[in-house]
Amino acid sequence: MKKTPLYDWHVAAGAKMVEFAGYLMPVQYRGIIEEHKKVRSSVGLFDVSHMGEFTFYGPEALAFLQKMTINDVGRLAVGQAQYSAMCYDHGGIVDDLIVYRHEDHYLMVVNAANLEKDWQWLQEHAMPGVELRNESDDTALMALQGRHAEKVLQPLTDLDLSGIKFYWFAIGRVAGVEAMVSRTGYTGEDGFEIAVAANDAVKVWEAMMESGKPYEIEPVGLGARDTLRMEMKYCLYGNDIDETTNPLEAGLGWITKLEKGDFIGAGALLRVKAEGIKRKLVGMELEDRNIARHGYPIFKDGEEVGVITSGTFSPSLNRPIAIGYVAAPHHEIGTELTVKIRQRDAAATVVKTPFYQRPY
Amino acid sequence: MDIPLELLYTKEHEWVSVDDNVATIGITDYAQGELGDIVFVELPKVGDQTRQMEPFGTIEAVKAVSELYAPVTGKVVAINEELQESPELINQDPYGKGWMIKVELSNPEELDKLLSPKDYEQLIG
Repeated sequence: MKKTPLYDWHVAAGAKMVEFAGYLMPVQYRGIIEEHKKVRSSVGLFDVSHMGEFTFYGPEALAFLQKMTINDVGRLAVGQAQYSAMCYDHGGIVDDLIVYRHEDHYLMVVNAANLEKDWQWLQEHAMPGVELRNESDDTALMALQGRHAEKVLQPLTDLDLSGIKFYWFAIGRVAGVEAMVSRTGYTGEDGFEIAVAANDAVKVWEAMMESGKPYEIEPVGLGARDTLRMEMKYCLYGNDIDETTNPLEAGLGWITKLEKGDFIGAGALLRVKAEGIKRKLVGMELEDRNIARHGYPIFKDGEEVGVITSGTFSPSLNRPIAIGYVAAPHHEIGTELTVKIRQRDAAATVVKTPFYQRPY
Repeated sequence: MDIPLELLYTKEHEWVSVDDNVATIGITDYAQGELGDIVFVELPKVGDQTRQMEPFGTIEAVKAVSELYAPVTGKVVAINEELQESPELINQDPYGKGWMIKVELSNPEELDKLLSPKDYEQLIG
């Protein structure tokens, strides 16, 4: 079992540690709901060092990434980041990820659970003129999320954070060490992700915890990370997307740039688009208090029309929410459906997403 | 870990307190800690029957759903209505305000099959 550089800190803080993607990670410290609400109302700090970091150097790095990913890497300016995915030839998803354009190379941040698979997939398609490096073990990644994130981080850095726009990043010093600071996250709040050398992680983490004291900052575990992302209907690989789902039905058409030129999966995705998608990933609200969870079937007038991919209790809305694939034409907003929760039928309605909208 | 000495326990982490012929039933401090934030509990109705070590309800925590197992056979004579609005009482006070149901025992000898506080402590050791 692997540990992040912050493992000892989490244990000392009383976190409940669980195995996730081969890492021992904090699932919660004081409680999922409390941590969730802290991020929504103030600021929280996440250790996401389990995620993978690959770099791409060389004259063909751009061409390689254009082939491997579905978004248009050619549109990235230096200092800009892009949400994207890799697909198989059949259009199923290898992983969802973020690509960052640095001055002399590109960086890709991938899901921990897919790290080995992604690395192998990239290596299989490697071409001359690109040098791939797996920097995952040497890199720590922390996410500072919430409306007060900028105020917590600004005193620790020489960067002007107000100049970093959403999905842009800069290289500077944080708590005295070199860091990449991006205005990105997985919560729907304002905030930053801070990448540093693994050896520097504890120092930077502790500096942020200290700087966040006036805002009653709390460490946040994977449990609240999941409820926060679900309120935004952000996809989680392995739950909402995988090799059997394509980005168009997953609501990721906005990152699928079919016109950018050929890439792996483009042919299949063009066919899906031409034929029209057969099902769509939608958000649902449920009437009673039972939670519809991954794998529960969805019905319309007695006919099975879909499946729940993620479900939880929304701490912000104080009621259950769910995400799932629903066959056309039942995916339209307002459609009334039934989810089979164990032996019982639970009424569900397709609703507009995100479920939560931040008030600032 | 709080394991009150005056209670009996199941290996599924329910507790029982018997007064006269009526058993009050809930889940243990250990169980609520493992489940994390509890957001909903589905209980039987007054008048329903429970059977020893068969499910009598479900408990939804943010992360997962679990079944509740009846420590005893009998008739449900009361349920804790407060849990519908405030399921977090189970987290906050599992042996007090977080009680779930009261069951009139049909077969008091069944109590012999339950775990003593010491046995339960060993179980979760």
